[in-house]
Amino acid sequence: MTKRLVTILLGAALSASPAFADLVFPDLSYRTGPYAANGIPFSDGYQDYFTLLNERDGGIGGVKARIDECETGYNTEKGVECYEATKGNGALVYQPLSTGITYQLIPKATADGIPIHSMGYGRTSAADGKTFPWVFNYPGTYWDSASIMVKHAMDMSGGSLEGKTIALLYHNSAYGKEPIRTLQELGKKHGFNLTELPIDAPGQEQKSQWLQIRREKPDFVFFWGWGVMNQVAVQEAVNIRYPMENFIGVWWSGAEIDVVSAGEGANGYKSTNFTYVGTDLPVFDDMKKFVIDAGKGAGDGSNMGAVQYNRGLFAAMLAAEAAKKAQELHGTADITAAMMRDGMEALEITAATYEANGMSGFAPDISVTCENHSGPGMALIQQWDAAAGKWNAITDYIESDRSVIDPLIAEDAAAYAAENGITPGCL
Amino acid sequence: MPDQVLFAIEVTLNGLMAGVLYALVALGFVLIFKASGVFNYAQGVMALFAALTLVGIMEGQVPFGHLINVMFGTEIHGFGWEVPALAAIFLTMVVMVFFAWAVNRVVLRHLVNQAPIILFMATIGLAYFLEGVGDLMWGSDIRTLDVGLPQGINEWIDGVTYRALGYGFFIDNLDLVATVIAALLVTGLVLFSQYTKQGRALRAVADDHQAALSVGISLNFIWVLVWSIAGFVALVAGIMWGAKSGVQFSLSLIALKALPVLMLGGFTSIPGAIIGGLIIGVGEKLFEFLAGPALGGATENWFAYVLALLFLVFRPQGLFGEKIIERV
Repeated sequence: MTKRLVTILLGAALSASPAFADLVFPDLSYRTGPYAANGIPFSDGYQDYFTLLNERDGGIGGVKARIDECETGYNTEKGVECYEATKGNGALVYQPLSTGITYQLIPKATADGIPIHSMGYGRTSAADGKTFPWVFNYPGTYWDSASIMVKHAMDMSGGSLEGKTIALLYHNSAYGKEPIRTLQELGKKHGFNLTELPIDAPGQEQKSQWLQIRREKPDFVFFWGWGVMNQVAVQEAVNIRYPMENFIGVWWSGAEIDVVSAGEGANGYKSTNFTYVGTDLPVFDDMKKFVIDAGKGAGDGSNMGAVQYNRGLFAAMLAAEAAKKAQELHGTADITAAMMRDGMEALEITAATYEANGMSGFAPDISVTCENHSGPGMALIQQWDAAAGKWNAITDYIESDRSVIDPLIAEDAAAYAAENGITPGCL
Repeated sequence: MPDQVLFAIEVTLNGLMAGVLYALVALGFVLIFKASGVFNYAQGVMALFAALTLVGIMEGQVPFGHLINVMFGTEIHGFGWEVPALAAIFLTMVVMVFFAWAVNRVVLRHLVNQAPIILFMATIGLAYFLEGVGDLMWGSDIRTLDVGLPQGINEWIDGVTYRALGYGFFIDNLDLVATVIAALLVTGLVLFSQYTKQGRALRAVADDHQAALSVGISLNFIWVLVWSIAGFVALVAGIMWGAKSGVQFSLSLIALKALPVLMLGGFTSIPGAIIGGLIIGVGEKLFEFLAGPALGGATENWFAYVLALLFLVFRPQGLFGEKIIERV
């Protein structure tokens, strides 16, 4: 009798308040294998931010966030398996941190109606939201980074790159090949010559490429590497005494782990970046108090403030803000993947948003629309200070050259739409 | 001398140096295959594990520290001391000898008389196990390895060639050190196998297991010995490659560089591993220099295998491998 009474009372209590499922954010991480050193801090930052929201704020709009982690090993096949294994759990958005996996997921996620956020990676022309309604790559694309690197090189060269040579040293994959088209177009516009130097993965042996650089003495070396390729490239540049201030990497080639092993010689190496580096912001105080010190961190907290950790944290913050926007748009805290997509497409991140999240100045303001899924396309240039062991931002956020990039995006998106029988339009 | 010729000479010299590094990895494969007929898929991971262990010991890191912290809520990170490089190398070798003993005790002893493919599969399992254990023991971070090896351009060679030819050749000091160490290693291995009792026993086992057993040679001891030597070779390779890129999990992939060397030099010849490494190193670098620009670059990985396959067509046993003749 007592048991039945308790059951009835519990049932009544549960039906009185709406029961929300968790907001599910799959984390296709890579904590093992050759790329783990990059994958671990990103995943830690991603997970810790959601834990912070749960512990400090009670979740997002009153609903707890849940991470479904799946190990991809940075392997495209495993990434697709992870997607298939987790998509049925109410996944709201995928952030695979891999251009290869992103390319495979674009048609699948589009068919399944689940948004992808490839933050600063993936297919650049996904910036065209009319052709890729389910794919977002804000706050910028590889082409933005290429253009910003060219602008910086131009500033270093007194405003002109006429007759100069830029060598593009790149990971011989879809990821590394992404900036080639843009750099070719920018070369025509600014009069510089582009030399392409592919390196096969993993990139432990780059002697041929660096001997060529030593012989041909390009004015600048732009670098699109990942994993061990980054450490070896920086070391080889040091070995041949290439002027490090003229060696500029994309934002995926500009973490602490990429330069530390080269020691003092790496001093002066540059890369683009679109996030704050360091821990001097209120969000990190909260992170320490509610997550790390409480023993609820994904890692031990030692990565906090590092480039990849902060980028993972930023990715989570953008997902959380999009979820809030979706809740606001649809008037419910219990959102679906389709609602999440609407939130992402209406996302507005301003100085006030950063301030409210204890992240003032963390990244540029972001405004996403149906036409523009890549946001502002801005990044700054950071430079490695080997003595202090830290990255210093040496420029403000720089805008990319939209006059070159936008037509290329339109052209590539149109080709994709034609190949796949897509009629572009806003959802 | 025309610039192109000078460049080609520089590329050839660097190819030779790269070949030495490939040969260092290939040597470990050869040693184990020669003594036990096992193609040790785990050789690359052994190099990684040895290098991780070396850095961990040098930095005074507590093995399995992260796991202990998670399980018991402790905050253990290090012992608080640093171990000098030479002492750390010695301690790492102790670990590698223990590893050799454990492999023999836990895996190989139970697979005696099994088909070679079974032993090969066992080493695949061993590779993944060792990679996981390395991760748990020492973590996944990229570690800087500083055992005092010089790196960067050799000023003397640069200066001499510049004065003589008007173009200074680039030779990396680390590659020069690797060449000297490889030469010492091969000399040591040859002396060991020719002039010591254990070395002769090792050669006897390599020639014929049954005959070696019949004269009282302990297969168990020889296998532990050869896996220990392979562990030492792995440690040397791990130090050389780790000094270039930091010690990280992609070190295990250096095995991919050894495969064409083995195909070319033969699986049973120590000189074959060295000569094979040099041919692959020079071949891939020269091909990249001469044909790379026309073919879009990044030719080295596939060209090494093409070169090895070409050799296989004419000499299936490799340059120095034992020719197998079976009478029916």
